Amino acid sequence: MPEAYRKHLQRQISQHAHSEIIGMQPEGNWLLRAPSLRAKVVLLAKIQDEAGHGLYLYSAAETLGKSRTEYLNELRTGKAKYSSIFNYPTLTWADMGAVGWLVDGAAIVNQVSLQRTSYGPYARSMVKICKEESFHQRQGYEIITDMARGSEAQKEMAQDALNRFWWPSIMMFGPHDSDSPNTGNAVKWKIKRATNDELRQSFIDKTVHQAEIIGLTIPDPDLKWNEKRGHYDFGEMDWDEFWRVVKGGGPCSKQRLKHYNDAHNSGEWVRKAAKTYAEKQQLKQDVA
Amino acid sequence: MSNTDSQGPIWEVFIQSKPGLAHKHVGNLHAADKEMALQNARDLYTRRKEGTCIWVVPFDAIVSSTPEDDEAFFEPSNDKAYRTPTHYIMPEGAKHI
Repeated sequence: MPEAYRKHLQRQISQHAHSEIIGMQPEGNWLLRAPSLRAKVVLLAKIQDEAGHGLYLYSAAETLGKSRTEYLNELRTGKAKYSSIFNYPTLTWADMGAVGWLVDGAAIVNQVSLQRTSYGPYARSMVKICKEESFHQRQGYEIITDMARGSEAQKEMAQDALNRFWWPSIMMFGPHDSDSPNTGNAVKWKIKRATNDELRQSFIDKTVHQAEIIGLTIPDPDLKWNEKRGHYDFGEMDWDEFWRVVKGGGPCSKQRLKHYNDAHNSGEWVRKAAKTYAEKQQLKQDVA
Repeated sequence: MSNTDSQGPIWEVFIQSKPGLAHKHVGNLHAADKEMALQNARDLYTRRKEGTCIWVVPFDAIVSSTPEDDEAFFEPSNDKAYRTPTHYIMPEGAKHI
């Protein structure tokens, strides 16, 4: 395997894994405040899926000759990146709708395309993940629909969630193709099967209609159907904000990493106990 | 497992999707011992009725051929067309079994 191809995959797959793991936090924030038992079990199942997705992806990344521990260390020390979207706070229950609808929706568009990525273990994990992810998007859309069709205050909350999550969601696809240093090789090597701008356009085209159906307004005055292109035209994203968040200046960047590290550290005794127990069992077997 | 690696060794996971079918490889995971490996496999790979039975196998216990072995292992079958039914000529009009 060419070294540059391996390096690119190590980076991309582990970032993807880290995103799934950190992505549990904004949703975990609402677990104990879910408005009904049904909403709570659904959210719990979704968060468990995210953990599972992270683990599928770490498994795929490990086939590239780097251990799980090395990847986790890169996340813990802040050396590795994860999707910036998870550095935004989830302030209301409507945000759980916006996250599922928009963030998981954007992730699906990206991941469906990655099912045909050139590296087998990555492609196989994408197939598994896509199967599970569509439930996430639907549950999010259900939440935001209920809110948008609820009381005036709930509708306001839904619109506010859309206002806050729209731009960060469409920035999840990364910089424009012309400004994306990694896109060229990744497309050439068939790691990425579509460019950032192509995926973003596809997501916007699919999502606008879903917003219209539930009577919410996408917060972009430049958004307009372009008959000639057969796509929506849309406004420019705030790239200063994008790079600020990528570089660790997001509203929750510090909190997310700290929480991850706290959880890891407080589990230290469990890992130690499990290891000691396993060694003792082995010893018993060897003696017998 | 090295001392600095606290994730535990790798276990490969195989799932039987229905009684009577063969177990199929689905992925792997880390766990300290076989019991934990089995429980983790249930949580990680069978959240949606994927199966009726799980096997976990220590990665170290798997012996694999390597791409370098390909020639020695698989080349000999290339010139043994007589192992396939189409190698044989049936008399005109004879029916297949």
